[in-house]
Amino acid sequence: MSLIQVDGLSVRYGARTALSDVSLRIEPNEIVTIVGPNGSGKTSLLRAIIGAVKPLAGRIVQASDLKIGYVPQKLHIDDALPITVSRFLKLPGGVAVADVDYALTQAGVPELEKEQLSQLSGGQFQRVLLARALIGKPDLLLLDEATQGLDQRGSASFYQQIETVRQATGCAVLMISHELHVVMSASDRVICLNGHVCCEGAPALVASAPEYRALFGTGTGGALALYRHEHAHDHGDHCHNHSEGAE
Amino acid sequence: MFDDFMVRAALAGIGVAFASAPLGCFVVWRRMAYFGDATAHAAILGVALSLAFSMSIFVGTVVVALLMALVVSVLSGKGYAMDTLLGVLAHSALAFGLVAVSFLSGIRIDLMAYLFGDILAVSRGDLSVIWGGAALVVALIGWRWSALLTSTLNEDLAYASGINPKREQLVLTIALAITVAVAIKVVGVLLIAAMLIIPAAAARPLSRTPEGMAIAAGLIGMLSTIIGLRAAYVLDTPAGPSIVCVAAITFLTTSVLKGLRRQS
Repeated sequence: MSLIQVDGLSVRYGARTALSDVSLRIEPNEIVTIVGPNGSGKTSLLRAIIGAVKPLAGRIVQASDLKIGYVPQKLHIDDALPITVSRFLKLPGGVAVADVDYALTQAGVPELEKEQLSQLSGGQFQRVLLARALIGKPDLLLLDEATQGLDQRGSASFYQQIETVRQATGCAVLMISHELHVVMSASDRVICLNGHVCCEGAPALVASAPEYRALFGTGTGGALALYRHEHAHDHGDHCHNHSEGAE
Repeated sequence: MFDDFMVRAALAGIGVAFASAPLGCFVVWRRMAYFGDATAHAAILGVALSLAFSMSIFVGTVVVALLMALVVSVLSGKGYAMDTLLGVLAHSALAFGLVAVSFLSGIRIDLMAYLFGDILAVSRGDLSVIWGGAALVVALIGWRWSALLTSTLNEDLAYASGINPKREQLVLTIALAITVAVAIKVVGVLLIAAMLIIPAAAARPLSRTPEGMAIAAGLIGMLSTIIGLRAAYVLDTPAGPSIVCVAAITFLTTSVLKGLRRQS
């Protein structure tokens, strides 16, 4: 069964509709990326899944005992709050020392355990956030632009780490990314969002869909050349037209 | 031993320091310093109302402080910045409180005692209220510690861990209201925020973990109380402000030490 099934989800902030009638499923062990322009409701979708925003309509069904690991978009640690990496990972409690070591190793930064959180570099901090998400041994990882502020090399190695984690733990990944070339090479499936689901499917399919081109132009065609990941299995890809097109 | 007014004063101050240490840390971490001020100013209105309806002052101040916090949380995010909102509410509550006090005929109350506290006049009854309130606050924060800390770091991380940050914010607000009500007798309305913030700020350079900072803040608060009271006795200075002065000097010292350590 699907890890998460979203049916007809609508989210509204005051008068502004962020999401309308969004439906999607996440299957075990797949990497799904959400792309879309600014304000297209990507973050709202993840926040609805973790329960931080109440949907106006629709429902989100989780598989029983689903454990979610969440890496938020921005996290500013105020220097007024002294906290070591290992204390941060032990929040909100019930975490053993061995789990901290395991999660930091999984995230590729085992040496940071005793560091102060506010002293980390951008790349180190993202890795620690990833470790925090991994510590509950999640079935599903949610990443909201986890490589924001990293340079190209930093973000490439971050996504490599995600792939390694998926292979080691078998968790599924649902992530938001602006970096289209990364999306194309790292995802099993891409969902193009613009208030509603414009189109979804394998990266190659989405990249050639007219809805996607309307949003991102054809300039990203070059990104497709980087896409060499072979897909042996089929996800039932479909791209369908919405009469309203891009809003 | 409770017969000596200096002993009672010291115990009262230590009780307040005990409650305000963990709470003050959250006030500093969450940048709620002005919230503490606002709650304290609103307490004057609570004092006036308690006297008018002959309720206990503790109950009156807790109720008004909680109402203030409720109004702030309802109004925030409706077109006003938080500091504007707190400024409006804090000073209007203070003004209305002072006006309300002037209507109270028959009883002459010493307003100065509520503005600056009168730690030397603490009775045995006051002591039990202070220690009861302080124990309640510390128990409340201890119980919610991890959830509060997670919500303070990031609201979405809290949601993802099954914690409702709005509920934790409420816990903190309630604790703040109780602390203000308890501390009003000791340091008074104008210096409560000082007892919340200064020990926590002074503890920051000495700490590597949140728990360490709360404990250090508690120790600094208690030491400031004892030294401040002693200084007030020897130098014949007002007790409440003397305590705050000692805390402020401690803050200066730890900040300078931190600066020196960085340079070396």
